Order: sequence, then C-alpha cells, then structure tokens
Amino acid sequence: MSNTLFIDGQEIPFAPGQTIMDASLEAGIYIPHLCHKPGLTPHGSCKLCTVEVDGRSVSACTLPAAAGMKVDNNTPALQEVRKTLVQMLFVEGNHLCPTCSKTGDCTLQALGYHFGMLDGHFPPFYPRREVDASHPDLVLDRDRCVLCELCVRASREQDGKNVFAISGRGASAHIIVNTSSGKLGDSDLTLDDAAAHICPVGAILPKNHGCEVPFGRRTFDLHSVAESDVAHVGLQKTEHHDE
Amino acid sequence: MSKIRIATTSLAGCFGCHMSFLDMDERLVGLLEYVEFDRSPLTDIKHCQPCDIGLVEGGLCNAENVHVLREFRQQCKILIAVGACAINGGVPAMRNHYTVQECLEEAYLNGVGVDNPMIPSDPELPLLLSKVHPLHEVVRVDYYLPGCPPSGDAFFTILSDLLAGKEPSLPKAMLHYD
Repeated sequence: MSNTLFIDGQEIPFAPGQTIMDASLEAGIYIPHLCHKPGLTPHGSCKLCTVEVDGRSVSACTLPAAAGMKVDNNTPALQEVRKTLVQMLFVEGNHLCPTCSKTGDCTLQALGYHFGMLDGHFPPFYPRREVDASHPDLVLDRDRCVLCELCVRASREQDGKNVFAISGRGASAHIIVNTSSGKLGDSDLTLDDAAAHICPVGAILPKNHGCEVPFGRRTFDLHSVAESDVAHVGLQKTEHHDE
Repeated sequence: MSKIRIATTSLAGCFGCHMSFLDMDERLVGLLEYVEFDRSPLTDIKHCQPCDIGLVEGGLCNAENVHVLREFRQQCKILIAVGACAINGGVPAMRNHYTVQECLEEAYLNGVGVDNPMIPSDPELPLLLSKVHPLHEVVRVDYYLPGCPPSGDAFFTILSDLLAGKEPSLPKAMLHYD
C-alpha cells in the first residue's frame, strides 16, 4: 500500500512519521488549528483539529498518518463542534476583542470568523487573572491566555530557554514564568525570541506597538485563517501598501 | 400597509452602535418608507409598545438595564443583540475583575481629579449589578449583530433581510468582533 491517505475523499501523500496535520498542511488542505505550529512538538490541547478517522474523533496534529486512512475533516458536524470549542475558549477567558491590541491578528478571533461564531453561547466566566507588565518590551496578559503552550514550546525548543510553563489544573490552570519572582521582567525572555511573538492570541504582546496598524487593515480583516499562505503577522508596523 | 415598528435602546453601552446605525446615512430615508420607530433615543419615547424588531445595544450593568431588556423582550417579536457589549459584556465587563465597592471607590472617592469625594446614594439611581452580563444570560436573543460597533452596512444588511422576510445573514467579510 502506498503512503497516501484520504481527507474528505481527496487522496494526499505523506512521509513516514508525519501526522495527519503535517500531511494536510503540505497538501494545502486546511484543518482548523490553534495550538499547532509546524516546527514545534505537537500539543493536541485545543482540539480544534479534531477530525474523524473510522468514526473516531482524533486530533489531526498528534495522530500519525497511516496508509489508506480515511479522514473526515470539513463536515458540517465537525465544523459545529469546532465552533463550540471556540465559544468555550472565548467564555472561559476575558476575550474582549475591542480592548485587545491583538484584534485582527488574533488566531482565536479568526477561527471565530471562520466558523461564523456570533456569540459566546455559554455564560461567560469573567475569570480574574493577573497581568504581568514587568518586562520592558513585553506584556503578559493572562486574561487572554488559551493555554496552548506555544510560548512554552517555542521558548524551550527554539529559543533554548525555559521561560514559561503551565501551573495548576482545570479552571485554575495558568501560565507561569520561570523566575524566582515569577515576573516576566526578571526572565531572560527578549523581544527577538520566538516565544515573544508566537502567542496566537493577545496574551503575550510587544509593548509600544499595539496600534500602529489600524483596525480593519490587519491580517484577518483582509484574509481568512483558512488561507494556507497567511503568515503570522507581528504587531509592529511595517510599510503599508497604500503609503 | 402598516409599517414595521422598530424599537432601539442603549443599556450598558456607549451609544456607538446607535451612531453606527445612523451611518446608514441616506439609506435611512428609504428605510423610513417601510419602518417607523417606537421607543428609541431617536424618538425619545420612554416605553415600548408592541414592536416587530428590537435592537438592543449594550450589556446589563444595573437593575434598570434588566428591566428595560425585559420590556423589550416582552414587546418585540424579534430581539437583536447589537454590538460587543450586548453579546459578551464588552468594555463595561472589564469591571468584572473588581467588586462594585472597589469600582465605586475608584470612581467617586480615590480617582484622579475627584472633587468632593462621595459615593452617589440617591434612591432614584438604579442599583449596580455585581457583574456586567451579556443579554443572552437574561432573555432569549433572536439574532446577534457583532462588532464594536457593527458597521452601518451591517445594520442595513440585517434590517433589509428582515424586511424582505429572509433569515438574516452577514457576508463573512462583514463579521467583526472589533
């Protein structure tokens, strides 16, 4: 049997060791995801990449591809489940888009747009979480953290540092900083670290550059999250096409 | 043919959604061929008669907001939650991190530039809720119009669809939470 699998009936190749997500990204097929980033160890926590293989729900970012595997991805039922997951992520944090300088560049928000989410559906938690503004160049706003651990992984695997971790369980899980004070300002995180820019939401943001690109002209104002060539765009202003 | 009756109100909001409603500009003239306004800041009518469509901006931050929302739900066949605050509490919900007492002390006693510090206690003032809530926690909401504010185009789209007897929908490009 050749090394191919089927996603919604479309046959695509995969290399041994690749996950369903790896193969689909290479083939240009969009499987929604939030906690996954190519190059980092898959985490499988956001569950937005939930697909069905032989009737079982699995995470596409962690399940190795297998020859002849039949994967259901873009089905109305799965899209509905994924929308509910996004709603749950919205209500369990403090995701007030108009107050957040990540708005328009936020993957969680873009997933909401992608699934046509109109409201949070569930009663919001409004949890009280700590903001850490002790770092000169970066702010850590736990209100918006979705516990995807992208910063944890980027710091360990790409920056060769170990700045972040998740502490606590269930509703009290939260991101912590690996310093004796627990403050980001005492860590060795710098503005050019991968971990400083990888946050898919507005939990880790550069200071002083929040509003250089106006609302309405940001990545997901102009593109869908499903476009495979949408690179992550930082909040620091670069030259605009109409300037 | 009798006109479609529309009521609007702003609860814990900033009237930005109403300003954006007016951004329909000259299309409002055409709209008025088919609709008339009942209770609304635009008419200054204080209580809602039976209406076809209720547009509610803002979330719920005090007892009066809840009272007005219930009146709207009772009188309006179709209730639309308009804007971020109505949908998830929005900017006013940022006070949910603090107790009401802390908010009052910051605003009326300890805030920068406060003259004659005193927490207002007039019995006519509506009591604050302990937290700001979105509309759907208190009443059934028929449609949501997200945005901070929703654009004039978004208002025109949802009203045009409803007037045409269609299930309202927004093109994805017009769906925004900011």
